[in-house]
Amino acid sequence: MEVDTPLLGHTGAADPAIGSLALDLPNGRRFLQTSPEFAMKRLLAAGSGDIYQLCKAFREEEHSPLHRGEFTLLEWYRVGFDHHQLMDEVTALLGLFWPGRTLERLTIAQLAQQVGAPDPHLSSTQALASYARECGMVLCLATARDRSLLLDFLLTQLVHVGLPVGRAAFIYDFPVEQAAYARVRPQLPPVAERFELVVDGVELANGYHELCDPVAQRARHTQEAALRATRGLAPPLIDERLLAALTAGLPACAGVALGIDRLLMLHEGAASVGEVMAFGAETI
Amino acid sequence: MASYSTNQFKPGLKIMIDGDPFNIVENEMVKPGKGQAFNRVRVRNLLTGRVIERTFKSGDSVEGADILDMEMQYLYSDGDAWHFMNTATFEQLQASAQTVGEAGQWLKGQEMCSVTLFNGEPIAITPPNFVVLRITQTDPGVRGDTATGGTKPATMETGAVVRVPLFIEEGSLLKIDTRTGEYASRAKEE
Repeated sequence: MEVDTPLLGHTGAADPAIGSLALDLPNGRRFLQTSPEFAMKRLLAAGSGDIYQLCKAFREEEHSPLHRGEFTLLEWYRVGFDHHQLMDEVTALLGLFWPGRTLERLTIAQLAQQVGAPDPHLSSTQALASYARECGMVLCLATARDRSLLLDFLLTQLVHVGLPVGRAAFIYDFPVEQAAYARVRPQLPPVAERFELVVDGVELANGYHELCDPVAQRARHTQEAALRATRGLAPPLIDERLLAALTAGLPACAGVALGIDRLLMLHEGAASVGEVMAFGAETI
Repeated sequence: MASYSTNQFKPGLKIMIDGDPFNIVENEMVKPGKGQAFNRVRVRNLLTGRVIERTFKSGDSVEGADILDMEMQYLYSDGDAWHFMNTATFEQLQASAQTVGEAGQWLKGQEMCSVTLFNGEPIAITPPNFVVLRITQTDPGVRGDTATGGTKPATMETGAVVRVPLFIEEGSLLKIDTRTGEYASRAKEE
């Protein structure tokens, strides 16, 4: 079912790496959504079943050949799917754009091994910091101890070196620190059931086997708040309505967001997302 | 010295990395959908000329490099040091032969050069784009000899060797493009 959720919400993104745009309205402060994820999960908890929408999302301070402050997402959820079944569906969709192109699948640990990087699940923070320095990352005392940041660097480095132009791959089973809102599979080492699709070096989609446990979800928000505090960012407002929906019961499901501007950019062989938009950043 | 945030990064900005001055050649924002953003930059070491890649956490600050380009007149070389003068203040400074490097082969005296200063010390000399020099030695051109692409080597008064067309004779004045080290044209006698 196609759905349409509000662009304005009561809370901004809790993710410490995402900046939300705020609007001060007569009835209070509102935030432009950075993704329709929370609103769609509330619909799922209300019993919507499978849903999708094509919508705008907004992020603060993002402008580069691959970024726009305002961009278009295709986001959808499948009840009863896990992340592998959802990857199958993304593959089928992209087959319409690139008939015959193979989308590889490899775990983050396999990609790290291919590139000769430390294992992201098992390596010590110190080992991650030395690898980052070897790769030219400029670290200070604080960032050298920030495991989450070092893993983020490792991931961008793995994509930069391991998935260059010409390769198209799903990478999946993320370190638990990068679980975001994906469920964690309790094995040794535990992994987050999250995937990303990278085509020609460009991150095109991000999906989860969704976390349904409200207690775990609140714990993730607490971690995000702590990370925001150590990085000197404003504390996030917790979306209690999402937590209430999870408490009421989010059905087991998998969800994915796909960047439409980037998909068109790659498909048309354009050098930036701006080239496939009718209005350039300068002419809005 | 001022410090710069990564969101001020752009080609041409001079920053300090590990105690050396660098010039930003390329700046790319790496911003995953989830997770920390980074600035991946290609930077040229202004002391060695080597280009390397470095990554900064977006939002971090970096100390700016105290780099100044000054127009100065080349006076003379005493073998070890090359002497330059600020023609406005008549202040002089010396640059080592190593600092002058390749630029030295185009200089005979009086030329206005761009002297790059780091913390007040010269680290690079850029000669004028064009210099006029006299040929001190070149073999007579052999008519019809095209095997060498229609050029022959000529030694200039500064010692530089430039490939010139076959018809050019010893003692001629030539205009040379110092950026490519190539012959540009003949020059008129003053």
